[in-house]
Amino acid sequence: MKEMLAKIRETAALEISAINIDSEEAKTLLEDARVKYLGKKGELTSVLRGMGGLSPEMRPVIGQVSNEVREFIEKAIEEKKNLIAERESALRLEKEVIDVTMPGKRNTSGRLHPLTQVLTEIEDIFIGLGFEIAEGPEVELDYYNFEALNIPKNHPARDTQDTFYINDNIVLRTQTSPMQIRVMEKTAPPIRIIAPGRVYRSDAVDATHSPLFHQIEGLVIDKGVTMADLKGSLELFAKKLYGEDAVIRFRPHHFPFTEPSAEVDICCFSCGGKGCRLCKGEGWIEILGAGMVHPKVLETCGVDPKEYSGFAFGLGLERIVMRRFDINDMRLLYENDLRFLKQF
Amino acid sequence: MKASMTFINDYVNIKDIDPKTFSDEMTMSGTKVEGYENLGAEINNVVVGKILSVEKHPDADKLVVCMVDVGNETIQIVTGAPNVFEGALVPVALHKSNLPGGVKITKGKLRGVESCGMFCSHEELGMNLSDYEGACEDGVIIFKEDIAPGTDVKEALSLDENIIEFEITPNRADCYSVLGIAREAAVTFGRPFNLKKPKTTGNSEKASDYASIEVEDTVLCPRYAARIVKNVKIGPSPKWLRDRLKGCGIRSINNVVDITNFLLVEYGQPMHAFDLSYLEDSKIVVRRAKDGEKITTLDGIERNLDSSMLVIADSKKPVAVAGVMGGENSEIKEDTKTLLFECANFDGASVRVTAKKLGLRTEASAHYEKGLDPYMIEDAVNRACELIEELGAGEVVGGIIDVNNAPADNRKITFNPAEINAFLGCEIDKEFMVKTLTDLEFKFDGDKVIPPTYRADVEAMADLAEEVARFYGYNNIPTTLLRGESKPGGRNAKQLAKAKIKNALVALGMYEINTYSFISPKMFDLIRLPETDEKRNVVKILNPLGEENSVMRTTLIGSMMDILTNNKNHRNADAKLFEMGNIYIPTTPDELPIEKEKVAIGMYGNVDFYDIKGAVDDLADVIGLSGLRYEAAVDNPSFHPGRCAKITVGGEMLGFIGEIHPEVAKNYGFTERAYVAELDFETILANMNSEKTYKEMPKFPAVTRDIAVIMDEKTPVADMEDVIKGVCKNLLEELTLFDVYKGNQIEEGKKSVAYSLTLRSSEGTLADEQITAMMDKIVKMLGEKLGATLR
Repeated sequence: MKEMLAKIRETAALEISAINIDSEEAKTLLEDARVKYLGKKGELTSVLRGMGGLSPEMRPVIGQVSNEVREFIEKAIEEKKNLIAERESALRLEKEVIDVTMPGKRNTSGRLHPLTQVLTEIEDIFIGLGFEIAEGPEVELDYYNFEALNIPKNHPARDTQDTFYINDNIVLRTQTSPMQIRVMEKTAPPIRIIAPGRVYRSDAVDATHSPLFHQIEGLVIDKGVTMADLKGSLELFAKKLYGEDAVIRFRPHHFPFTEPSAEVDICCFSCGGKGCRLCKGEGWIEILGAGMVHPKVLETCGVDPKEYSGFAFGLGLERIVMRRFDINDMRLLYENDLRFLKQF
Repeated sequence: MKASMTFINDYVNIKDIDPKTFSDEMTMSGTKVEGYENLGAEINNVVVGKILSVEKHPDADKLVVCMVDVGNETIQIVTGAPNVFEGALVPVALHKSNLPGGVKITKGKLRGVESCGMFCSHEELGMNLSDYEGACEDGVIIFKEDIAPGTDVKEALSLDENIIEFEITPNRADCYSVLGIAREAAVTFGRPFNLKKPKTTGNSEKASDYASIEVEDTVLCPRYAARIVKNVKIGPSPKWLRDRLKGCGIRSINNVVDITNFLLVEYGQPMHAFDLSYLEDSKIVVRRAKDGEKITTLDGIERNLDSSMLVIADSKKPVAVAGVMGGENSEIKEDTKTLLFECANFDGASVRVTAKKLGLRTEASAHYEKGLDPYMIEDAVNRACELIEELGAGEVVGGIIDVNNAPADNRKITFNPAEINAFLGCEIDKEFMVKTLTDLEFKFDGDKVIPPTYRADVEAMADLAEEVARFYGYNNIPTTLLRGESKPGGRNAKQLAKAKIKNALVALGMYEINTYSFISPKMFDLIRLPETDEKRNVVKILNPLGEENSVMRTTLIGSMMDILTNNKNHRNADAKLFEMGNIYIPTTPDELPIEKEKVAIGMYGNVDFYDIKGAVDDLADVIGLSGLRYEAAVDNPSFHPGRCAKITVGGEMLGFIGEIHPEVAKNYGFTERAYVAELDFETILANMNSEKTYKEMPKFPAVTRDIAVIMDEKTPVADMEDVIKGVCKNLLEELTLFDVYKGNQIEEGKKSVAYSLTLRSSEGTLADEQITAMMDKIVKMLGEKLGATLR
């Protein structure tokens, strides 16, 4: 019987290994082999049926051998099965190859207007410095837009801002600076605000002018606020907006509502200060106006200049946006052509 | 204002400073330089030549052949200039020379005769006829001076001049003059400021015997001074005077006019010269004009005056508009024998208003409106007379007639270096402060400082701080961070909501647009608003750029249609856009209008009404705005009467949504269907609930049931929804419309509507009987309320 078992083991091994895993009937052939050798009517079973005629001493010996053969065949079948499965899986994956260079299915998200994108960035910088955001009317009293800002009627300083009038006392605000007055009237110091918004000047439309544009006003009022604080705050802002290596300079200037007043230039990021087309050969680009709040303005708003001081600044959003994205014509910002809007 | 460095150099030595350094340093000390140019920058290799001989050209009547000494050689030049003669000194553009405008001169032949260069006229050298006395209208320049041949013409004609253009801010009227700029330059470069006090005593006669002055309005004219010059000799001005005027961009007229113009640029003090013989009774009266009075100004235009305007008159008639322009009737002429120099101070605002009313802004009015120093009058009028004597233009009569009502300048400002340092955040030495202020001609009186009269802008500590800081250098001030009580900062609820709405719309595939707040009133016609519509009541701009931007908008719909149309015209196939912006609703004339923020959404392309409605619903969902109700609106004139809904929330009007009326689309030249919604931001804000609370996931299974009914086609499905919701109450988890059908098998005038209901209880599994009972009740109620029958 031992020989018979050895024979079964040998033929089964041969038969199973002979099955070609690439062939379509490999699975069937393997199942057939399993039935043939291990099935109820299989060869191994029929050999074991003859165990009854063995000596009691031989039975356990043969029993052990037959178990070994069974395990051997089972293992061989299992291994073959795995091979077939692997092969099948490989074939399936092969069939499922796609062209990964074909375009992806896009979500059709829109975009915020470039003005909003940059404004949000600027707002966030100042919010990080503890500023709040103030808002106020675009159609404004002459008083707030000019007089309270130390620009009386018939003052030549009005020439620098061509004004749209609604009537003698009401204008379209030419600057966001009236928000300084409105905030100081309503809020006791300490004050830290920025006030972004639309402003209007009677400039004909061209590549660098628009009768409507956006400014961002800033105002800080507290005890002991110094011009050094103004410089420090704006330098921090410039570095956050333009990068750590941004260099700015303060240049004396005049605004009726600040004293001392300054214009702030940034070292041209295109040429590094050598002078180029972007900075018109000057090496510097003006980015904002600033200064210490004029004591008369503080007094007008009921803030005691002996106790409090502060600074204010104002920047033009369009110019910052245009430089950021290298936009050469301001009109594009208001034409709202999708071919333009989709670029940001 | 423009001035040459040579002119400035008359008062402070800046010869060794190049124009770039000069400009940079001046800019950083507060006198901003807009730019600089060299007058003769383009001229090269042009020299003075002496004509040795003039002979006729053998083959041309109008040409002559000259031999010219150009210093190191003698060359032959052929010219057509009619004014050349033997011995004349002329500008010669040599072979390979350059002239303004990119002109290059090389030698060549003129009618067969070699010409080694060209004689130049003033035009060819980029000059005006009046810039140099030797310039000739239709010939070449003939030098008046004895100049060595070979001398560079730029030197001979003062073309090697650097002209600096300054931006003068309104607070610094004193810098609207070469003296003011020179004073700033002196302090900037730490050099002495050389100004000689003009002295002209004149002859032994008395000016007051020649004329009298009466000032009626001492508020508008705080000071009026005059001097008399007799035996006037009108003639050309000398070269130095022309050169200085040329650098300031002023043409030379004659010696007397040039002197008044020189004073305008040197002192910044406008002056006027009257021919005394034309002043009735030799009298000057400074008064307000009479309504209806007229004057013909120097430019030959008759001007209508009114009583708000100040005039200079004689005993009968106005002879000048004060501070603006003189009158033709008293102007100096070639034969003027005696003149009266006016040197006056007028109220800036009044001159400004008058000039504006007359539409006549002059150099004089531009100076006056900045507010001039009444205390410079005496020096200025004396300086003018000094120049008369220097130029031999007449005999100055002794004495000044001076009506001086200028208020005393009593300014004294406490000088406290510690306070200034605390304000600037600096530690500047007291000595530096004192020196700077002293150099700027401030006087010290104990702990007080007295600013010079021409610095009316200096009133308080902050002004002193600025004077100190700009010469200390703004860039030398340290940079510090804000201290003190720090605040949390951030956006308020309204600002957060606005950002949320914008971000939600962007996520829904929309692009944000930005449009003008002012529109054309015609836009209301385009969107078909009836004449009586309240939206036509607008805030009007008095001085708009044009009708298309003349009124403040009361709706965003027109602007949205504009942008949709632009995009369509630019062949953008689809567009989904939104804008958040203000509308402006008029109140009373004395009050500000109400500004309300609106959200506009616009779409065209592969979309229909339900796309834009879905967008609004999605937006509402994201921002926590629940309970929107849509009601068919047939009477909004801008929308398709069958495809427009009024949206309300919590009973409040939120806005309109719909397909743009075909007529409106046509008015815009828009060739397809457009969908627009306009929502009120305040209403959104008042009704949105951004607080979210977690609801437990359901424990019990849901049951789905469909229901299809046939009902009148005009009945809105919303009515059916209301019935279903009313019956199922909180057991209804979801209600989805899945079919609306009209046509075959459905009776005319009816429609089939099918909903899918998802029902779930949080308390247990719903029993079949319970559901069936509910469905039966729905069918019954639909029948009763809407006349619907089960399909």
